Amino acid sequence: MSRVETVLLPELDGPASPILPRALGLLSLALGVGALAAPRPLARLAGVDDSPAAQAVIGAVGARELVHGVGLLSGRRPVGWAWTRVAGDALDLTLLGRAMADRRGERRRRLALTTAAIAGITALDLATAIASGRALRARARVIRMEIAVTVNRSPAEAYRFWRDMENLPRFMAHLESVRADDLRRSHWVARGPAGRHVEWDAEIIDDQPNRSITWRSLPGSRVANAGRVAFVPAPGDRGTEVRVQLRYAPPAGALGRAVAKLFGEEPEQQVRDDLRRFKQVLEAGEVVRSDGSPNGISVRQQAMQRPAQPLPRSRR
Amino acid sequence: MKATAWMGADTVKVIDVPDPTIMNARDAIVRVSTTAICGSDLHLYHGYIPAMRKGDILGHEFMGEVVEVGPQVRNLKPGDRVVVPFPIACGHCSSCQRGLYSVCENSNPNAGIAEKIMGHSPAGIFGYSHLLGGYAGGQAEYARVPFADVGPLKVPDEIPDDQAVMLADVFPTGYMGAEMCDIKPGQVIAIWGAGPVGLLAAASARLLGAERVIVIDRFPYRLRLAAEHTDAETINYADVDVLDTLNEMTAGRGPDACIDAVGLEGHHGNTAMYAYDRAKQATRTETERPFALREAILACRSGGVVSVVGAYGGFVDKFPMGAFMNRSLVMRTGQCHVQRYTRPLLDRIQRGEIDPSFIVSHRMPLRDAPKGYKIFQKKQDDCTKVLLKV
Repeated sequence: MSRVETVLLPELDGPASPILPRALGLLSLALGVGALAAPRPLARLAGVDDSPAAQAVIGAVGARELVHGVGLLSGRRPVGWAWTRVAGDALDLTLLGRAMADRRGERRRRLALTTAAIAGITALDLATAIASGRALRARARVIRMEIAVTVNRSPAEAYRFWRDMENLPRFMAHLESVRADDLRRSHWVARGPAGRHVEWDAEIIDDQPNRSITWRSLPGSRVANAGRVAFVPAPGDRGTEVRVQLRYAPPAGALGRAVAKLFGEEPEQQVRDDLRRFKQVLEAGEVVRSDGSPNGISVRQQAMQRPAQPLPRSRR
Repeated sequence: MKATAWMGADTVKVIDVPDPTIMNARDAIVRVSTTAICGSDLHLYHGYIPAMRKGDILGHEFMGEVVEVGPQVRNLKPGDRVVVPFPIACGHCSSCQRGLYSVCENSNPNAGIAEKIMGHSPAGIFGYSHLLGGYAGGQAEYARVPFADVGPLKVPDEIPDDQAVMLADVFPTGYMGAEMCDIKPGQVIAIWGAGPVGLLAAASARLLGAERVIVIDRFPYRLRLAAEHTDAETINYADVDVLDTLNEMTAGRGPDACIDAVGLEGHHGNTAMYAYDRAKQATRTETERPFALREAILACRSGGVVSVVGAYGGFVDKFPMGAFMNRSLVMRTGQCHVQRYTRPLLDRIQRGEIDPSFIVSHRMPLRDAPKGYKIFQKKQDDCTKVLLKV
């Protein structure tokens, strides 16, 4: 049996929002080198060339910028380094505010321009720090699982049933519908608590007939997810080992809580139940129902069994 | 409809519930004509099987007339008279295809709970707790039968209900108990328990060619049935030491195979031994009272077979593993794979080789089910088997 390779998902597996922290790191380096190499023109540009302390302060700011730059470009703890830039910005804005208080005319105009530029950079730094933090937390929330079931059908039969994505809601209990838009793309609608729906688009990124199917959500989906199902012949002519690998990152906030509820406290158990239903549908032709579990196999229902007697007319 | 429902430990009631309906394409609805109370129903009655809920309809031995079939059921039609095997089996998973119907991989919708206790889930069973599916049972006017294209067996008109209903459980279970002994000419088979399954295991051991059959119980009326109907020798364990007696009867060899037809609510002649396990069971530090099983292992000849058809639910204490291992014993077990046996055993009944209804002691209307449970539990009025007529 071959081990299933990991499906990569750009949102979850790529480097965490790499571009902005790097750009800010380069900006810091440039500012730091500039401030240390040419403090005098810089003081003139900022409108503080009249102060004896200006060159020393600009030198210190430059040295600090070098520290930010090296930290950000090192790639380690980008979120923390982004926040040190925000703190530096706050310090710079305070210094500029003080300098502006006792200046008039051309110098004051230059100081105002400098303050506006620093304020713009502060906004960018703040956005970067927040976004990097979110991305990091989303990656920490990623749920991964690998679950398998043996189905007494050939790999070709199991593959065919799964490849028709519109069959998925027949055994995946949390799905309301899957619409195949074309051979690769599909639109998924999952049932949420309190009648809410969670929707996303997915595409098949690798399709090995009778062997495996790999899909992932399209970039920008609110619930980034990816999966692969492999159909491996079971030894001893016992059908097919259906091996599923799933990864998803529930978003933060209210939607995240809804998604978490969708999968329950034991997401693995839910997927296991889905695979049991897949087995039932393929082998027995139907989802098995009893009076105590009239909707078929489900961990949640197992905990809240109704008495084993026929359903009242109102619940049929 | 009227149905027999479990209402708590030692309490059953006949209550009004909705009529069952077809839920799946392979379902049938059966109007029950005869249903029986099984010894294993007493385990539920006493509250020893976990995952019962107030209002659960009991009963896994039943037969009757098909009144409705789902669109995928092509072998049955309304009006057919059928007996229904107690394990619910899909017929298409690898277990079913190997004839292991009572471990069908699909029929327990609560497999997740069963796996936590048993490692893997056995099949769903009618009226036998939520651990085994939460299916309504057949001690009722109507029953929904899943996978009706696989389980139910059509019964010819000339076979009366009292014989045919034995095919739902006790006759195949007793027969499988004997079959697992792999009986060879000249062999001695000992059977613990002269309830319906033990008696039918004794009769089956005879059918399968055992030289001698020894039945062990403490109720003289049951031992009398064994002697009269299966030509068995008997041991009353209340009077004599079982191991000594068996050694004496077999000149020191021990029986070639031993069948445990008692299960988790055994009884022991030694008061102290009985009190030990009774107390552990009452405090839930042990779920079974496995006297018969322990004794069967100690009694069995070296290299022999211990066949377990008595029902167990959880864990046993003081399992004589040393005897079991050092003496090369084989244990074979299982809830009966009834679907495997219904046809050949119906043939044996039709050929007149056996009339399994010799075990029936009481027949009463469904509404008297609570009384039936009571007298069966208390072994009153020489009760061996209660049939409920609907």
